[in-house]
Amino acid sequence: MDVNDFVKNFADQFEETDSSLFTPQTNFHDLDEWDSLVALSVIAMIDEHYGVKIKGEQIRNSGTIEDLYIQVRGNV
Amino acid sequence: MAFSEIFNVAVRGVAGCIPGKETDNISSGVFGSAEDAAKFIDTTGINKIYTVNDGTTSADLCYQAAELLLERLDWPKESIDGLIFVSQTPDYRLPASSCLLQDRLGLKQDCFTLDISLGCSGWVYGLSVLSSLMSSGGIKRGLLLAGDTISVLCSPLDKSSTPLFSDAGTATALEFSENTTPLKFHFGSDGSGYNAIIVPGGGARHPVKEDMMEMKPDIDNPSLMRNDLQLYLNGMDVFSFGISKSPQSIKALISNYEIDMESVDYFILHQANGLMNNKIRKKLNLPEEKVPTSIGKYSNTSSASIPITMCSELSGKTESRLKFIACGFGVGLSWGTVYFETDKLICPAIRMV
Repeated sequence: MDVNDFVKNFADQFEETDSSLFTPQTNFHDLDEWDSLVALSVIAMIDEHYGVKIKGEQIRNSGTIEDLYIQVRGNV
Repeated sequence: MAFSEIFNVAVRGVAGCIPGKETDNISSGVFGSAEDAAKFIDTTGINKIYTVNDGTTSADLCYQAAELLLERLDWPKESIDGLIFVSQTPDYRLPASSCLLQDRLGLKQDCFTLDISLGCSGWVYGLSVLSSLMSSGGIKRGLLLAGDTISVLCSPLDKSSTPLFSDAGTATALEFSENTTPLKFHFGSDGSGYNAIIVPGGGARHPVKEDMMEMKPDIDNPSLMRNDLQLYLNGMDVFSFGISKSPQSIKALISNYEIDMESVDYFILHQANGLMNNKIRKKLNLPEEKVPTSIGKYSNTSSASIPITMCSELSGKTESRLKFIACGFGVGLSWGTVYFETDKLICPAIRMV
């Protein structure tokens, strides 16, 4: 599991946000496009690529994409 | 492992009623902007909902579905020995709506009645309870009535619940029939997720108080407002639960009973939302034509969604012998899957009432 792959998979769930804005340190809650519907796509992506069932609380408590990556990695 | 195989009971018919009040999710105003509404519709596949007028209940809708089904089956009222009503929106906190329905439908007093409090998994559970009761032959014909009016519980200022749900009532007819193919079930429950879908106030845990009517902002999204007597839905947790437990349950059933997945004609999933249902279908590698969906027509109808999908998408196509797998999952958290076969299933088109 690689954090840069995770960031790319995360970014793929967005349609309008410029890909340069996605780094491990990105505070994804601050992105204009981030909302509860994009969150569902992220949950689906994590389930599909990593086989991990992530909870809403884990997404809410993750500030950066890397924080979320750490949550996922801990559950693989 | 919670599996169950029920012998000597056949599913003879299904019918569903939808109330006629149509609301367009773009123009309703529940979303802040047309852009938000379009995004919601794109993700969920739900562009409109149907709800009841004040005073109409789930039991009313189920009553109409039962009348329709009994007429199409040509079953006399006195031949019904049992009735189960599955709903999270019964007429009263007590008595049970199934008792009222026995009288209203004109069924004889020599009749088993029971209410079951489940939502999206409820049709599968109701089917298991009623068929188990009938398996030994003491009850020859039974009605499973499943329906909800979730609109009554939703805050109009809550775009996380209101635009998802339509109201509906359904009836499913079962008959004792020796040597018919058994119904096969798998069940699961996870009460640790009780607060993922909940109406927090008004039960015995938090009895009704005046201040429960006060509208409060959602803790995560202050633009959503609801009170303690209204439905709270944690969309992310429910989504995560649905895409994992539903495929697991279907696979567990298939594996335990060595069902030939290829031979199953239709997989009827609870209609949660478009994104979730597509995801579940893809996880199971099922072709679209084997997984009929009614989400775009009738949205999420809670306990009614499996029979509603059958009536909406398969009416006129159920004359031949068919093999079904149906899976319900949601509030509880609770989930269940059933395998059943039908022959000349009575399946009238949805009736708008």
